[in-house]
Amino acid sequence: MTQTGQETISVVLTGSGGAGVMTAGQTLLDAAASLGLYGLMTRSTGPQIRGGEAAALLRFGRRPVLSHGDRFDLLVALDFENISRFGAEIPLGASSVVIADPAAGDPPEFVVASGARIVHVELAKLAKTIPGGRISMVALGALAQMIGLPESAIVGAVAASVGKKKPDAIVTSEKAVALGAAAAATLTPGARIAAPDRLDSERWSITGNEATGYGAIKGGIRFVAGYPITPATEILEWMAPTLRQCGGVLVQAEDELASINMIIGSSFGGAPSLTATAGPGLSLMIESLGLAVASETPLVVVDVMRSGPSTGIATKSEQSDLNIAVNGLHGDAPHVVVAPTDVSDCLLTAQWATHLAESLQTPVIMLSDQSIGQARAIIDRPEDVAFTATRDIWTGGESPYLRYGLTDSGVSAMAIPGTPGGQHTADGLTHNERGTPSSQAHDHVAQLDKRQRKLENFDYSDHWAEIDGDGEIAVVTWGSSTAPIREAIAAARDRGAKIKLIALRLIAPAQPQKLAAALAGVKRVLVIEQSHSGQFWRYLRAHYDLPGEVTPIFRSGPLPFRPGEIGGYLAHGGL
Amino acid sequence: MNIQNNERAFKPAEYKSAVKPVWCPGCGDHSVLLSIQRALAELALPPEEVAVVSGIGCSSRIPAYTNCYGFHGVHGRSLALATGLKVARPDLTVLVASGDGDGFSIGGNHFLHACRRNVDLTYIVMDNRIYGMTKGQPSPTTEPDWDTAIAPGGTGLSPFHPLVIALASGANYIARAFSGDISGCAKLIVDAIRSPGFSFVQILSPCVTFRPDQQKGWKDFIRPAMVPETDDHGRAARRLMTDDGFNIGVLFRGARPPYQPQPLDHRDPSHLEAEFVL
Ligand SMILES: Cc1ncc(C[n+]2csc(CCOP(=O)(O)OP(=O)(O)O)c2C)c(N)n1
Ligand code: SF4
Ligand SMILES: [Mg+2]
Repeated sequence: MTQTGQETISVVLTGSGGAGVMTAGQTLLDAAASLGLYGLMTRSTGPQIRGGEAAALLRFGRRPVLSHGDRFDLLVALDFENISRFGAEIPLGASSVVIADPAAGDPPEFVVASGARIVHVELAKLAKTIPGGRISMVALGALAQMIGLPESAIVGAVAASVGKKKPDAIVTSEKAVALGAAAAATLTPGARIAAPDRLDSERWSITGNEATGYGAIKGGIRFVAGYPITPATEILEWMAPTLRQCGGVLVQAEDELASINMIIGSSFGGAPSLTATAGPGLSLMIESLGLAVASETPLVVVDVMRSGPSTGIATKSEQSDLNIAVNGLHGDAPHVVVAPTDVSDCLLTAQWATHLAESLQTPVIMLSDQSIGQARAIIDRPEDVAFTATRDIWTGGESPYLRYGLTDSGVSAMAIPGTPGGQHTADGLTHNERGTPSSQAHDHVAQLDKRQRKLENFDYSDHWAEIDGDGEIAVVTWGSSTAPIREAIAAARDRGAKIKLIALRLIAPAQPQKLAAALAGVKRVLVIEQSHSGQFWRYLRAHYDLPGEVTPIFRSGPLPFRPGEIGGYLAHGGL
Repeated sequence: MNIQNNERAFKPAEYKSAVKPVWCPGCGDHSVLLSIQRALAELALPPEEVAVVSGIGCSSRIPAYTNCYGFHGVHGRSLALATGLKVARPDLTVLVASGDGDGFSIGGNHFLHACRRNVDLTYIVMDNRIYGMTKGQPSPTTEPDWDTAIAPGGTGLSPFHPLVIALASGANYIARAFSGDISGCAKLIVDAIRSPGFSFVQILSPCVTFRPDQQKGWKDFIRPAMVPETDDHGRAARRLMTDDGFNIGVLFRGARPPYQPQPLDHRDPSHLEAEFVL
């Protein structure tokens, strides 16, 4: 690698089912990581359940990369079958290079229209010259050569994944990679990646869903119930074995009505509890979330958002569950909604969500999304943060025990079954301090006040938002929109613009004073989000007084925001 | 359920709370409450080690009337809530109370899966063949010709057979009791709690207000089951399919081990990081 290459480079591998595109993408990510590069990989697949066309979209950089770039520098097409369906997700430009097998036929229209330089490498033919040789490995060799990654890194990543048990496979891969690299060496070079700085920090390879699972266990979660749903299932699958190592268990429920009620039960029993789902499942859970609010049962619901409404696009992202997460419950039902800003932040946010649920004895909804949850990133080891589950547990004392006692903080000590003298019935019916059902106005008001008070009085510390930079212009955003915005702001700052970034991690309860302080001196606010109806902007309007001129920028999924698109909004705003 | 011999004896009254039931005078559920108190006293279970979980309905009001830990949840979801509680806290004795609407209509899916999963729960359904709380609509066990405002002249639908469904879904213990016989009812609840795995007890519990016919009529029909209890699915199926709904006693007793997932270890979560470190 040379010092003079690009700061980041974006590559995409496409092919039809069985071509090994995803495995190759993973190998490439591992190889880049071994060289000290940061990286991000997302996947796109067609509607087929198994097989079908697939794309592995990767971006590498000398600095942390948490979103995709504006266009792909290199597309390697193992074949062109049906890849047009990914056209909108694979922006190419005149400086892009497309490596294709001449046997794959004519490139699709979106490739031609982009003006990208199309070069031919006989991937399939070369692979056939080696017994057991795989096209995807030849392609990786060509790709590595084109962007300036050493072949040895690819071979090393293959060796690390297949392990020592299959020395033959490693040798075969090595040959295939070498053939691809040699073929690409004769081509006019394209964009190359600059050599990374010395690797001196601990790096992790992790997906947003894994980071969520780990954050939750770190935060103290010991019981999980869930029902499979894209794109949240990996949280459940990752937690099933890991929880059992750490004193917990996971139960697969018969539906989401059951999962939410199972975790209400387990939490009542004293175990910090979580479920993970997506929009359709969250919709089913709503009635019981109200029960958790009224009965003051701590729990965490992770919603990995996908494009809605209804079944929508199960495999693609959107930030459109904000309304239901904040306002879906009937009655006045204050609860907490938090959101991670990127893959790495899922760890902290899930850990914090658990801490908030336990401390406040209330449900916490964590709004992750598909673009974060199913992305794999090479990140610096996240900082250790100390908060863990801290439930105020009643161990004895006053008689009769007042489960819903009207304390100043609004939080009342919870007696866990098994504790003598703490018997009470947790109830969704309006109740008095003891928990006894009541239809009296004063009990109703007192308990509504209490539940609101505990959320209002709590110190959410600096974790409520990520705030970065200064200036008279501020971008207010949340969730997965944050990473491309960060990048666009960095580019604008390089050109001399002064822009402040405020990404809310705590969506509800709203923090008007904190945001007002963060926006002091700001004259223009851009609100950016990925929803068709401007859910976040409308939410801000309801709860905050935003200073100066406010420009809402919102659009639906499934296409992600790209830094250039955001840069356009910033420039359009006169920056 | 593992029942230890506790040091001291308990009286049924020790399982009753100070909360006054909202039930109509003469409602069968008063007797079910008494039967549960007697059963728990017989088993000498300290009240704090028992949890009573329910959904919504007249019958589902029962937890707050006991001096145990209780959870009065939403309509139809008591079995799910109780499953989470019992899996997280296998040391507790968990009773689930429900009605024919709560348990077989809105909660029907959970009923199937609770039978199949076989968590060590005792599921008591107070079946009055009516929605009592919402003032008299037909339930899945209501006779087809029972006249109500919402279904004038009757639903015309044949009632379904919860015990057959329980058997087909894998319930490990199936019994029927009558609230009018408090000591018989208490005995069956004791037996059901002692029986490991998912135990289902249908208690015929008259609704005096919306089914005044039941109060007297059921007394005439109720009889102890004529054939001894069985662990044979085939025999139990035949018996339950031809049953008229009034045979009292244990109708099936299986030997399936309860579902109780356990942690494998209690390691510090930080060891999980090894998977991510490059
Ligand atoms: C989601 C929901 N739908 C409807 C109701 C209204 N509701 C309350 S109790 C009930 C039926 C109760 O019938 P059953 O379970 O047989 O209990 P019973 O009152 O007869 O003991 C209904 C429909 C509710 N509380 N929640
Ligand atoms: S309405 Fe029927 S079921 Fe409800 S309390 Fe009265 S008698 Fe009992
Ligand atoms: Mg009923």
